[in-house]
Amino acid sequence: MRYLPLTEADRREMLASIGAPSVDALFKDVPGHARLPGPIEGLPMHMGELQVERELSALAAKNVPAGSVPFFLGAGAYRHHVPASVDHMLLRGEFLTSYTPYQPEVSQGTLQYLFEFQTQVALLTGMDVANASMYDGATSCAEAVLMANRITRRTKAILSGGLHPHYRDVTRTNAEVLGFDIRLAPVDPTGTESLIAQIDEQTACVVVQNPTLFGHVADLTELAAACHAKGALLVVAVTEVVSLGLIDPPGAMGADIVVAEGQSIGNGLNFGGPYVGLFATREKFVRQMPGRLCGQTVDADGKRGFVLTLSTREQHIRREKATSNICTNSGLCALAFTIHLSLLGEAGFTGLSRLNHAKAVQLAGKLKGVPGVEIVNGGFFNEFTLRLKKNASEVVNELARRKILAGVPVSRFYPEDASVANLLLVAATETVTEADMDALAAGLKEVL
Amino acid sequence: MNTQGRKTTPDAVASDASPIATFTGNRALVHEEALIFEMDNPGVTGVDLEALPTSELRLGKLKPRASVGLPGLSEPQVVRHYTRLSQKNLGIDTTLYPLGSCTMKHNPRINEKLARLPGFGDIHPMQPESTVQGALELIDRLAYWLKTLTGMPAVAMSPAAGAHGELCGLLAIRSALAAKGEAHRKRVLVPESAHGTNPATAAFCGFTVDPIPAEDNGRVSVEAVKAKLGPDVACIMLTNPNTCGLFEPHVKEIADAVHAAGGYFYCDGANYNAIVGRVRPADLGVDAMHINLHKTFSTPHGGGGPGSGPVVLSEALAPYAPLPFVVHGKDGFHLVEHYGETELKPFGRLKGFHGQMGMFVRALAYMMSHGADGLRQASGDAVLNANYVLAQLSDVMTAPFGGPCMHEALFDDSFLKGTGVTTLDFAKAMIDEGFHPMTMYFPLVVHGAFLVEPTETESKQSLDQFVGTMRHLAEKAKAGDAAHFLAAPVYTPRRRLDETAAARKPVLRWTPPAPAHSQAAE
Repeated sequence: MRYLPLTEADRREMLASIGAPSVDALFKDVPGHARLPGPIEGLPMHMGELQVERELSALAAKNVPAGSVPFFLGAGAYRHHVPASVDHMLLRGEFLTSYTPYQPEVSQGTLQYLFEFQTQVALLTGMDVANASMYDGATSCAEAVLMANRITRRTKAILSGGLHPHYRDVTRTNAEVLGFDIRLAPVDPTGTESLIAQIDEQTACVVVQNPTLFGHVADLTELAAACHAKGALLVVAVTEVVSLGLIDPPGAMGADIVVAEGQSIGNGLNFGGPYVGLFATREKFVRQMPGRLCGQTVDADGKRGFVLTLSTREQHIRREKATSNICTNSGLCALAFTIHLSLLGEAGFTGLSRLNHAKAVQLAGKLKGVPGVEIVNGGFFNEFTLRLKKNASEVVNELARRKILAGVPVSRFYPEDASVANLLLVAATETVTEADMDALAAGLKEVL
Repeated sequence: MNTQGRKTTPDAVASDASPIATFTGNRALVHEEALIFEMDNPGVTGVDLEALPTSELRLGKLKPRASVGLPGLSEPQVVRHYTRLSQKNLGIDTTLYPLGSCTMKHNPRINEKLARLPGFGDIHPMQPESTVQGALELIDRLAYWLKTLTGMPAVAMSPAAGAHGELCGLLAIRSALAAKGEAHRKRVLVPESAHGTNPATAAFCGFTVDPIPAEDNGRVSVEAVKAKLGPDVACIMLTNPNTCGLFEPHVKEIADAVHAAGGYFYCDGANYNAIVGRVRPADLGVDAMHINLHKTFSTPHGGGGPGSGPVVLSEALAPYAPLPFVVHGKDGFHLVEHYGETELKPFGRLKGFHGQMGMFVRALAYMMSHGADGLRQASGDAVLNANYVLAQLSDVMTAPFGGPCMHEALFDDSFLKGTGVTTLDFAKAMIDEGFHPMTMYFPLVVHGAFLVEPTETESKQSLDQFVGTMRHLAEKAKAGDAAHFLAAPVYTPRRRLDETAAARKPVLRWTPPAPAHSQAAE
């Protein structure tokens, strides 16, 4: 077996040194009934790299890759172009095959990129500080609500109807077991909800998304002020971080905690994971933050270096009193994010953001004239909602048969809500060409 | 050939062991590297974009953002920056990385190649099911492997890491208790030797944590568990093999006692690599166990993730597995995403979309490469390697519990008593010798722990070099050469770092230097 270096002679020699008659004898503490005499039944035996590649490639071939067809899906996961150098850098074994930087002297590479990552996330979100990543945007969102409770000592959280339904569900799953009062605002396809009247002295936080699931963009300044007037926090979720190159960051609008899905930068679609959760807040709340943090310090010679810090918040020190149970997070996805963002830089990132918006504006222009299609949004970033004259899920399936992946029907998230059955979310990133847009417009014309 | 007098042999000058100061601060292969923010060339970029198709803005009432504050670098600068950073790291590819409890085994590159196939890497989680049948089939096939290897009837695939898996298991237990009208069961038994994630997870689910004291032999005793059982106990969280590197010999009696008292058995599967392919957790009475795909099944640790932590579940807990999950439908594989689609009682949702697909591809490639026979061999070799280290070092270091061990060899620091050298100092001296240190100061139940997990992918030559180094260092410490350890490491890009200063006044991000005039004013 190609991954196992020991020879039979090695094994014999090592057993002799141990004083054990066989490898099986080393398992003497395992109850006899549980010690299997041979390989577990029902599974194949080992196979060569070529055979593994053949079998799994056949499975991959049963899927329709986004890059092979006109493609307009978003709703929390976006297809962007990732420069080839990102993957080449993160595949360096010193990054790929290292672990959490518990020994800082042999982990300065990881620690420095985490420090740079934290800085980049703080800049993008307009916040003071960011952590070294969470699992994904949805889990970040849940952690933000728990953090708001630690800060305010209140248990009520109001979740916007424009918040991604997975973020709503994950937050409920995590918070309701702790006795939180989670209020779900009605689904808000038109971007017209106002949550201000619901905020009271029991409210720990209000969670809104910008742009919303339906693509609406908003100025949250007034909402932030209303939260603060009642002693509540404003949590802003961003599922498309590329938007932060064109629209004002939540930090500038008064947000207290910003959570985001970082997948758009550096990370592929990967059928939904692994992704990278971003988590940023104000300086004064840093000790209530979940997750790993990298900090700057000096070494014994007085040279600048980096370490994991404020670990007294974390489970390996504080155990049941920790701010979160998170341990392994999304290190390599954070590396992909930080390399891609370094490549983009100010000009590239703001340019990419602008290009995404321009693509979506162009797409909106092409779809406007299609009979049976109504664009719901006034403003948007790179994604907007269409109201079709037919069931959106059926339209999407029909277009998939014509080799067009048209978008995400809202009914995929809210199957029991008849009022959203004809709504379709369409996104246009820099990867979409004018020919793709024409294909979508033509396809819609045919099936509607 | 050499007509200009170029020397081809080194001069016989006396070498000086003390390092020379270089003009750059670099030391040949190791470069001093600034932060990207300190290399800013405004306007420069490493990505060229197509021209805007339109300059029209449709941002509603919002005005465009003025600036972000990111630095500008070209592609070659960025590539060099990250290459240099990588050279300040140790990885499994570099050296033996015996970080106990983390299973730092070789990461096969075929796994990386397959995860990047467009059919896996470039598919969107919300594509119509008809266009992702291969992806759903892969998840189903991996689930089959996990169920067959563990003997368990069900598996929840979406947890993103081990601690997330613990959360999944405990929420399933919570739901099962509630369904039986036993929501009053709020106490979770956690041995003192457990990973910190166990008590943190229990608290995260609203349970109270009741520690079980450690026995002198590093195991959990049936009596100690029985003494804690009662009508308010929800479950026990037991790591097996445990964090001392030992298999719990009475695990089945403990499971039976917990079940008899109406509780569940959550097994922390962090150490599953010791028994995979040889022992099925179902045969030990387990109700739920997370499997760290990044440990046992070789998906890369990536500097701290991403991981993946599927949770196998017993019949009693299976109905409560979280959304979403894959089922065999009439038109192929179907993803159940909503309560209304199933008779089961999912406790909720743990993360966005469907789970760590990229990790699933890698783990399945690893399992198929090994097969049932290879996995059995792998766990055997992992245990053999750890026992070899234990046997080879027991006379110079101190092993509190003797052997045989499972896939980890545990030592305490009593062999260092009176030397002035601590476990930390010893670890730093190992770094100068070219090794990544073991896990230190964990588990908490022994003093100054050295938890060594070599894994099955180390050769005997590699282990012999490691053992030789550890013996040499142990003897050096006992011989009174504490100074060597206290100064270590000296060959790293940075020497020991001041963690106290970092925590006292945290600097968690780069900020632009103050303008020149205000510096002058100081």
